[in-house]
Amino acid sequence: MADRMTDPMADNKAATGRGFAARDALRWDTVVGALLVVLLVCSFSLVSNFGNALNLSFLIGNTLPIALIALPMTMLVVSGEIDLSVGSTAGLAGAVMGRLWNGGMAIEMIIPLCVLLGVVCGLVNGLLVTRLGLPSLAVTIGTLAAYRGIAQIVLGSNSVTDFPQQYLNFASDRIGGTFVPYAAIPWAVLLLIAVVLLHATPIGRSLFAVGASQEAARFAGIRVKRLKLSMFVATGTISALTGVFWALHYASARYDNATGLELSVIAAVLLGGIDFDGGKGTLGGAVAGVFLLGALQNVMSLINVSSQSQTLITGVLLVVSVLAPRLARQAGRARARRKAAVGDMPPTALTAV
Amino acid sequence: MTMTTKPAPAAAAGAPPTAGFLDRVLKVRELAIAAVLVLMLTATQLDNSAFLSQQGIKDLLLNATILVLVAVGQATVVITRNVDLSVGSVLGITAFAAGDFLHGGGNPVLAVVIAVAIGAGFGLVNGALVSLGQVPALVVTLGTLYIIRGLDSIWVGSRQITAADLPSGFVSFGHDGLSVIPYLALLTALVLVAAAYYLRSYRSGRDLYALGSSPEAARLAGVPVRKRILAAYVTCGALAGLAGALYLARFGNVDSGTGNGYELTVVSAVVVGGVAFTGGSGSVYGAALGALLLTSINSVLPSIGVSSVWVQAIDGVLLLLAIAVDRIVALRVAGLLRKRAAQTRSATHG
Repeated sequence: MADRMTDPMADNKAATGRGFAARDALRWDTVVGALLVVLLVCSFSLVSNFGNALNLSFLIGNTLPIALIALPMTMLVVSGEIDLSVGSTAGLAGAVMGRLWNGGMAIEMIIPLCVLLGVVCGLVNGLLVTRLGLPSLAVTIGTLAAYRGIAQIVLGSNSVTDFPQQYLNFASDRIGGTFVPYAAIPWAVLLLIAVVLLHATPIGRSLFAVGASQEAARFAGIRVKRLKLSMFVATGTISALTGVFWALHYASARYDNATGLELSVIAAVLLGGIDFDGGKGTLGGAVAGVFLLGALQNVMSLINVSSQSQTLITGVLLVVSVLAPRLARQAGRARARRKAAVGDMPPTALTAV
Repeated sequence: MTMTTKPAPAAAAGAPPTAGFLDRVLKVRELAIAAVLVLMLTATQLDNSAFLSQQGIKDLLLNATILVLVAVGQATVVITRNVDLSVGSVLGITAFAAGDFLHGGGNPVLAVVIAVAIGAGFGLVNGALVSLGQVPALVVTLGTLYIIRGLDSIWVGSRQITAADLPSGFVSFGHDGLSVIPYLALLTALVLVAAAYYLRSYRSGRDLYALGSSPEAARLAGVPVRKRILAAYVTCGALAGLAGALYLARFGNVDSGTGNGYELTVVSAVVVGGVAFTGGSGSVYGAALGALLLTSINSVLPSIGVSSVWVQAIDGVLLLLAIAVDRIVALRVAGLLRKRAAQTRSATHG
């Protein structure tokens, strides 16, 4: 929180010396993208079994839940809020899906209902945050427990596995002989929509404005509360969709599906350079962050790094990803000061003469 | 909890209006949790007369001790408008460290000291990253949550500490007590009172509140911001370490999954106890009561015949209820204060 007070200064500097900053301090999302490319190139050439279609489809399939939720989460974090209940919403959607399926309902009815449930979950979060003015962190920790608890009430300790085969196939098979899972297609469509929405429409600009300064955004005529509410609803909806996908992909609906997913999503989004204080970040960075973590975990499993060390490395990456840009910015600022000092010298020397 | 609004008119009389008034409201906030707690326990006792037996009370206190300790530490951090999500991992690793040391024939007192020291060490890392690196606390401690959990799992592997590995004195310390009050609860109460006294009466303790209400103003007023944040994190880590050692004494069973996901319970307890995420308000007594309330619910539900699957949902709803009621009361109080200020202004001018 201490950084709040230094940030405006940083922004001023960035505004006055934009060309300088862009040239000197590489943008973090490009760094993450480059890291992802380096990792992929290295893995293709050095790690056996990485490049085959089966492994790549596993990689993508296992990363898709995180990649799905990362889309609305990026927008939410850009607007200065956060949602920790996404894993529980996904679990709840899966549990309700299993319960209704056991109850004999048609799957074509169940899936829309589950998505609708996600809308409601998002609405609850959003209304508590925007109407009561509560911090989203506290609210969504509460709903994290509440939604997971409801999932437990709905399904108990049962697990439902006998979903229709063509749905299970859709969630786990890949297209023809390629490495692309079928489920990656809807994700790509959602990604496209999200990129256009965040980076090419007034709504996207409003999100950045709200994240940078809520007060200023309000005075500029942006309907802050409605915007935030719609972002919470979007996050809930996509989370529920992810829960449905999760249950089909792993062919098991249990109340504890997707437990802890929220931390993976947030780690990936933050790794992608989305500033937790709001107002900064790109979807490209977030997606790069998601797949960097996913690919890293896949490679580490292939070269027999224990899952414990993977946890450790995830943590280190997360800390480095927030620490590095700040240190770089400080270094850049120091250099700019030095340069400014040098630039100031001649005039003062002249007047002295 | 709605009773918080009632004393408002009562505080109207002369005196320094804002200070006494706010003070009373804050005190009542803790009374409200205590009232809910007492109400809940009484109702359960009426329903099931075996609930508050000697063993029942002892179990209630024992269940609460560990959460209370960690919640006290967490409250000191949350008061400064920060958060420490790594407490669950710290608890896990320190519990195993203490167990491993005792398993090798170490001195129990030394084992506790080691656990506290390791916890304080991790607190120092968190504090340094937050205060010196100026990185958002949520992100840093999410990172260290992973890092410490990873270290813990690598070190522990598939090993396990069981009660048989521990000296019998240490295990009985975790179970016995003075009549109904377990030793662990006495120790926790001691820590609680010390922390509350420090936060209330020492300058550096008040600084934490100043820091939480307005970091900028605190810095301008000469509060050593970084040092205080560092101290809060070290305290939090040390208490998580102590809780780890007590966890070992209480349960006698530690593996690499110990303390997993505990951070959310702790944060819930703190928030239910009225320590606001926005910093600068609440007390460790509130946090402790919040912890006691949460752990008591877990004992109450089974004993009135509610299935344990309801526990988590009720915890979550309770947390939401607590913050929502807090917010509504705060808005009302702010409105009242504004009205009163306007009245006094017009009175002095007219």
